[in-house]
Amino acid sequence: MYKIAVLGDRDSIYGFGALGLEVLPIEEAETGAKTLRRLAEEDYAVLYVTEALCAQIPQELERLRERPLPAVVPIPGLSGNTGMGMAMVKRSVEQAVGSDILANES
Amino acid sequence: MAERLQVNPTRMELTRLKKKLATATRGHKLLKDKRDELMRLFLERVRENRRLRKQVEAGILAANKDFMLARAAMQDPVLNTALLAPKQKVSLESTTENVMSVEVPKFTFHTRTPQESDMFSYGFAFTSGDLDDAIESLAAVFPAMLRLAESEKACQLMASEIEKTRRRVNALEHVMIPQLQETIRYITMKLDENERSTQVRLMKVKDMMLQEAHGYESL
Repeated sequence: MYKIAVLGDRDSIYGFGALGLEVLPIEEAETGAKTLRRLAEEDYAVLYVTEALCAQIPQELERLRERPLPAVVPIPGLSGNTGMGMAMVKRSVEQAVGSDILANES
Repeated sequence: MAERLQVNPTRMELTRLKKKLATATRGHKLLKDKRDELMRLFLERVRENRRLRKQVEAGILAANKDFMLARAAMQDPVLNTALLAPKQKVSLESTTENVMSVEVPKFTFHTRTPQESDMFSYGFAFTSGDLDDAIESLAAVFPAMLRLAESEKACQLMASEIEKTRRRVNALEHVMIPQLQETIRYITMKLDENERSTQVRLMKVKDMMLQEAHGYESL
């Protein structure tokens, strides 16, 4: 049995609590990195992290990228969509193909 | 021209290298097939990943707008109390699916309250209707969020596997195989050359012996 957690600034994520997800309000990058590392070792399968927080802890995300679980998914926060999630998808394509061949597809 | 390997030009070495070349060629073909198939599956998944991400981002954006309205209409303590004890609980099962020897996760989820309208953890008396809308719109986008997590992870894992496979294919194609071919050519030539030189030496010796025995000169 796996758990799902949502990390980020409180205003962006408190709504997910109503859905039954675990909400972990995080303000600073350092606590974010620490929490992410701790959660990765526990039985969390999916971690939704706001883009704002993602941008502050790129090396942690990089570390979890190659592991089968947990899946770290950037989600847009209250401050809007920074396009970081799409950038991660683009990176996957670039890693696999060598260049982003899907850039022109809508 | 590829660098040849540092080996002794012997018949045994030649056999060994020929075997190695056969293995390398076969491995190259297999890996190339693996790469092509992985790439096809990967592109399919990435397309879905992009579609899901767009959908989820739009969904969350809409939900956030509703939440903003709810916050505007309600006081913070009231809002906190309303969401303090969540009624809904999501339990997640994860199995793995094998895609061309890449283990990708597959999620299925169950919610504790079976009915969708049964997830609100508060009475409706003291909360704004916007909050209901907000939670409802978030709940609507949640299945897509879960599939997004699944497909994004799959894409990441497959991307790194494709990268590895591509490197292996290239190493075989551009380094290993030319090197082996070059070395095999070198050994074959060397052995041929040795054989010719032995032949000539023998002919010479035969001549000398014939002359010594009979004073006879062969043509």
